[in-house]
Amino acid sequence: MAKFEKASSIGEWLDQRIAVETLKKVMQTEYWIPKDINFLWAMGMVLAATFGILIVSGIFLLMYYQPHVDHAFDSVNYLIMTEVGYGWLWRHIHGVGASLVFLIIYIHMFTGIYYGSYKRGRELIWISGMLLFVLFSAEAFSGYMLPWGQMSYWAGMVITNLFSGGSLEAYGLVEWIRGDYVPAQAFLTRFFMLHVFLMPLMIIGAIVFHFGTLRIPHVNNQEGEDFDYAEAAELYKAGKVKESKVIPFSPVFLSKDVFVMGVYFVLFFYLVFYNFSFAMDPVNFDPANGLSTPAHIYPEWYFLWSYEILRPFSKDIGLILFAISQVIFFTLPFLDRSPNVAPASRRGLFKYWFWILLVDCLILTFMGKLPPTDPTFASIGLVSAVIFFALWIALPIITKLEKKL
Amino acid sequence: MSSRRDFMGMALGGFTALGGIGALYAMKKSWDPLPSVKAAGFTKIDLSSMVENKLAVEKWRGKPIFILKKTADMKKDDRDLIVGSDRYHLSIGLCTHLGCIPAYKPDDKKFLCACHGGEFDTAGNNLPGLPPPSPLEIPPFKLEGTTLVLGETGPEYQKMFDAGITV
Ligand code: HEM
Ligand code: FES
Repeated sequence: MAKFEKASSIGEWLDQRIAVETLKKVMQTEYWIPKDINFLWAMGMVLAATFGILIVSGIFLLMYYQPHVDHAFDSVNYLIMTEVGYGWLWRHIHGVGASLVFLIIYIHMFTGIYYGSYKRGRELIWISGMLLFVLFSAEAFSGYMLPWGQMSYWAGMVITNLFSGGSLEAYGLVEWIRGDYVPAQAFLTRFFMLHVFLMPLMIIGAIVFHFGTLRIPHVNNQEGEDFDYAEAAELYKAGKVKESKVIPFSPVFLSKDVFVMGVYFVLFFYLVFYNFSFAMDPVNFDPANGLSTPAHIYPEWYFLWSYEILRPFSKDIGLILFAISQVIFFTLPFLDRSPNVAPASRRGLFKYWFWILLVDCLILTFMGKLPPTDPTFASIGLVSAVIFFALWIALPIITKLEKKL
Repeated sequence: MSSRRDFMGMALGGFTALGGIGALYAMKKSWDPLPSVKAAGFTKIDLSSMVENKLAVEKWRGKPIFILKKTADMKKDDRDLIVGSDRYHLSIGLCTHLGCIPAYKPDDKKFLCACHGGEFDTAGNNLPGLPPPSPLEIPPFKLEGTTLVLGETGPEYQKMFDAGITV
């Protein structure tokens, strides 16, 4: 048996039993962060904090929400919004948070792409990150069903129909997912379960995994420099804080993270109190009606780019391209054939690849919001969708040609 | 010694796998539509009160059903429902692209789907070059005089089904 001596403090008592000192070293005081990074490296912790806020606001919504097709709409729009004390606050926080979490996810992803933070030992960081993206998408979609408004119902109809696989006509699968011929009670209760339990549980697991994948390769830095962490850590510990290239994650780096979070939350709560309507679609303030489709159906802004990839093509081709676009980002570490880990600005053709991809995704997003009837916008959407795939086909070629830095 | 442990391991692993498969099967069945949902009744519709070129929308198994009494100048089609001297268009009113409800435009005499711009003619055939890949589907029906029973298979429906007009 291990030796236990009388502890002189609570810390020591805990340390004897569960090695809190070692844990603190590994995860905080000796988890080294490079100095040469900028505010974009705070986005990860901003995401973690936003997820925390979504959980807290969600818990309060959950106390009054009723997952029943006859009561769900009223429980949200009347009970929570008008009767429950500060119910509106939780709802606005939850809606704004769900929207902003995607904005930050996209910034976080494009930061990773720009600095090449997905290769040379960081592949699993990227893959676990993409897993989080997929899980968050499922979380957002299932949550969107819950108010049981017109957009909930028809988004549920259209998205579950995707699983019929076009000409495969797998309507049995679609009905299985819904538990009915159309979205109805069984559908609402199972998506409720997914939204409040299974998806959050999986997201928490995936965040732990994402953090785990960061520990050994460490985060990248602005120059993609690969230096000796052990050496830099020795310097820091020897008191040569200025000469060392690293700082400890906590408390030193975390204080910088907290500053960026502070700025972010000013914006966050400005939106919650004064400009929340962008996160609340007006069409969803009509109760679900299976006998009338809204004049124009579109998803929330963060799904528009992939929706626009589905739209301009015939059903089967649209479905295949849509499916590819959902997973293509997973392959980034393997399609990028260049050994360079450096900012895109120093990587030749990849620089253009990066900026075209970013602008193309923005254009797809804007086009996805417009009704399908205008031929000019429809063709802009088609061209952007084609460019999207051309970029991924070109990626291995241009990165193969890239000069080693 | 080790072979005995191997045996224990394999026996345990085997039973665990069996239990796992059983659990997966139970989970699959729990997600199935309930019997009460499947047994959702039959819908009866009276055709005698229909007005030409005016779309009637009924509900069957939660889905909208389109019934359109055709005018004489509308193109005849094998998909039409013939009752006495009248022709009707009957279909499930869900776009075969991704399931929105198309709207009927009486002036243009066609269906227009607002979701992704799909169009169908008055027989429910999808117009070419647009997202919907196939005509609107026809629900199983049976004619009893001028009353239409949805959910039952009558000879007229059977004929359409055999001819591959609907799935
Ligand atoms: C809500 C979900 C997420 C959370 C909570 C999260 C959290 C974090 C944190 C705390 C870091 C370290 C600090 C930083 O570099 O920002 C990080 C790094 C990283 N994450 Fe995420 N992340 C999430 C989603 C994603 C997604 C969707 C991707 C992209 C597919 C991704 C890819 C990366 C990469 C490549 C790094 C390393 C950055 C570097 O080495 O410079 N993460 N993440
Ligand atoms: S659902 Fe009708 S065109 Fe897409």
